[in-house]
Amino acid sequence: MKSSRPVPILEARGVIKSFGPIEVLHHVDFALRPGEVHALVGENGAGKSTLMKCLAGYQPVSGGEIVLKGEPVSFPDSEAAEKAGVVLIHQEFNLAEQLSAEENVFLGRELKRGFFLDRKAMRARAESLLRELATPVDTRLPVSRLSVSQKQMVEIAKALVREARVLIMDEPTAVLTGREAEVLFAQIERLKADGVAILYTSHKLDEIARIADEVTVLRDGALVANAPAAEMNPNRMAELMVGRELSDLFPEKLADRSREVVLSVRDFSVPGYVETASFDLHRGEILGFAGLVGAGRTELMEGIMGLRPASGTIGRNGETVRIRDPKEATRRGLAYLTEDRKGRGLLLKYGLRENLTLLGLDRFSGIFVDEKAEDKALDAAIRRFDIRAGSKTMAVGNLSGGNQQKLLLAKTMLVEPQIVILDEPTRGIDIGTKQQIYAFINELAREGRSVIVISSEMTEVIGLCDRVIVMRSGRIAGEVSGAEITEEAIVRRAMGLEARQGTEMTGEAVHVG
Amino acid sequence: MSAEAKVEPQRRRFAVDLHVIGPLLALLALVILGMSLNDQFLSAGNVTNVLARSAFIGVIAVGATFVITIGGLDLSVGSMSAFLAGVTIIVLNSLIPIAGGGWGTIILGMAACLLLGLGAGFLNGILITKGRIEAFIVTLGTLGIFRSLVVWLADGGTLSLDFNLREVYRPVYYGGLAGIAWPIIVFALVAIIGEIVMRRTAYGRHCAAIGSNEQVARYSAIHVDRVRLATYMLQGLLVGIATVMYVPRLGSASSTTGILWELEAIAAVIIGGTVLKGGFGRVWGTVVGVVILSLIDNILNLTDLVSPYLNGAIQGVIIILAVVLQRGRKGA
Repeated sequence: MKSSRPVPILEARGVIKSFGPIEVLHHVDFALRPGEVHALVGENGAGKSTLMKCLAGYQPVSGGEIVLKGEPVSFPDSEAAEKAGVVLIHQEFNLAEQLSAEENVFLGRELKRGFFLDRKAMRARAESLLRELATPVDTRLPVSRLSVSQKQMVEIAKALVREARVLIMDEPTAVLTGREAEVLFAQIERLKADGVAILYTSHKLDEIARIADEVTVLRDGALVANAPAAEMNPNRMAELMVGRELSDLFPEKLADRSREVVLSVRDFSVPGYVETASFDLHRGEILGFAGLVGAGRTELMEGIMGLRPASGTIGRNGETVRIRDPKEATRRGLAYLTEDRKGRGLLLKYGLRENLTLLGLDRFSGIFVDEKAEDKALDAAIRRFDIRAGSKTMAVGNLSGGNQQKLLLAKTMLVEPQIVILDEPTRGIDIGTKQQIYAFINELAREGRSVIVISSEMTEVIGLCDRVIVMRSGRIAGEVSGAEITEEAIVRRAMGLEARQGTEMTGEAVHVG
Repeated sequence: MSAEAKVEPQRRRFAVDLHVIGPLLALLALVILGMSLNDQFLSAGNVTNVLARSAFIGVIAVGATFVITIGGLDLSVGSMSAFLAGVTIIVLNSLIPIAGGGWGTIILGMAACLLLGLGAGFLNGILITKGRIEAFIVTLGTLGIFRSLVVWLADGGTLSLDFNLREVYRPVYYGGLAGIAWPIIVFALVAIIGEIVMRRTAYGRHCAAIGSNEQVARYSAIHVDRVRLATYMLQGLLVGIATVMYVPRLGSASSTTGILWELEAIAAVIIGGTVLKGGFGRVWGTVVGVVILSLIDNILNLTDLVSPYLNGAIQGVIIILAVVLQRGRKGA
């Protein structure tokens, strides 16, 4: 390590954290230095969130110490940490949706003139902050009307008003498009120049290689590597995280495909989102749906599943069917895995068993629900999908993202669908779990089931799918298959062929994962 | 909860037990207090009295447990009961010339009451599901409507059941089987069936899922609207059952019948550990809650320690305490 590096402002020294008898962090050392980005990487459940929460005063440590500017501290709560200049920006934003951007920026730190709020001063400061952050929004708008990236910037402005010297960012780009992420990176550079210390986590390892100065890898709650970013690369990080070599992230594609059409969708429209989409799905096929965020892919699938009002015809094995609600879709052998696993997929307060069987509860109940059969199904699912849970009765909200996703997949597969629609099946989960899910999707196709994968990660679409349909502004813009599936071919169709460059498009950008 | 959930199941059970037995401990404390204050407290007469009077609110509160579990609310149950009582009395009185003054008439009147209850529940449910109006607003509206209708039917006074018919009908409240009063038997049956339905059937599971997160339920192919409609109809039916037992008690219905029953029912549900925001319901807890509320009333009446006029205040304190304790558990 070079001697010219600044002294750490915030450190974790031999930090241990236990929940009950289970130790989840084992003697972790971690240091944040002014003007540097220190990336923290690891699989879901490796202890990243716990370490961040210990640093930012959300949770007390069970052993070791937190050191601020050379002095051991113990923040009683996050407010105390904020006062000391340590701010955590949550993945799920902590903004009051109904309040305006400026009110949020100054929430709890309102500027006053006498007894009254100094609205003018707050507005001016919020506006100038957001302008500096390249987010010139109307600060009087309620936050609920801002885009995800704008909300992120409001969060950062909020942290800046609090004179944050340490900024802890929990997967800030998970919900951002490529272009929005660029704005964020530029701001991170600016914050660095101002001497702010930044802790950065992300599952996008190429991003980390780009912006980090130092990288720490956690695995199963223990520190496995700490090195200057220059000595790391995405492959090395992935291997350290998983603890094994990741030579084949994607399984081999099937050579021969059946031409038997199991689902044919014709002139399908979802008012406001999708116009006259038509496509066929074959037996044993993995069909990708690519496109910009907001191109109508999710809405098309939800329309097919009867989750949204829609018009058009659906043929199932050659027979025209009407699907009015998800129950009918299930009966027709279709199942849909939502992209929003926390909001629409799982009951976070309930245990694994209740969540697993919720979609297929018919299979477990005559007059009464057969809990023994449910337990058996859960044991089978835990084995088949490698779900790792502390206990079967724990609330699924406490599972790591990857394990939640595996449980959601198990829930979807419990109704034994012939056609499985997976919407962003690997969003926000670590690379080891991704590999497991890819292998599983491939296995489904080998069993003769047909799989539709909606994904905004280009590598995923290219690595996994036999054929890719590209959507653009609610319409199907094109289709590529076999060797034609390249990033360029997909991007050109997603952007519309007339656009010369992606960056000229307004408002949207492609996720290039 | 997050810390608790990761602990081994065996240790967890102990924590859950404490959380579950809270209402039971409160009930036990009240029984001990009652015994120490009055030696007639545990006499068969007093116990029967307490339980029989609990039965109306109890049967209604079992329904309210389901309604609250799905994330809904029914404020109209008290007025609905008054309205049902009024209509039932009118039906009974006008059936006498046609069907005579015997059990046939009474059974027809009971059937009318139950059907009307189902209908009233259907009205609430359809407005909430198809009309997409908040349950609070719908049932606040029907609370006013039902109350006003009974006043109008009684022409501002009291609707009275025919005197001879009252004598025939009387045993439904005052009679019993093997020394146990009918209302107690009915309450027990409703509670047991309710607990089983909540805990062991797909419908109960669906109720909890909808209250927990309606979107997740919808994406899990649950007919959310159908389940909600059914739940409000169940509530209506149970109000009907409560009213069938209530009519023979006084043989009349007026503008004051069933006043504030909705709040007592909701209070019992909350004391019993059902989550007000929905997603988790406990029928047996509701039963304990109902009994706790009527024991307080009973103890105040049996002793002159505190004025019975303060009954409402004590109930209020208990409701707030129950919710505070619930929150304490969540944070643990």
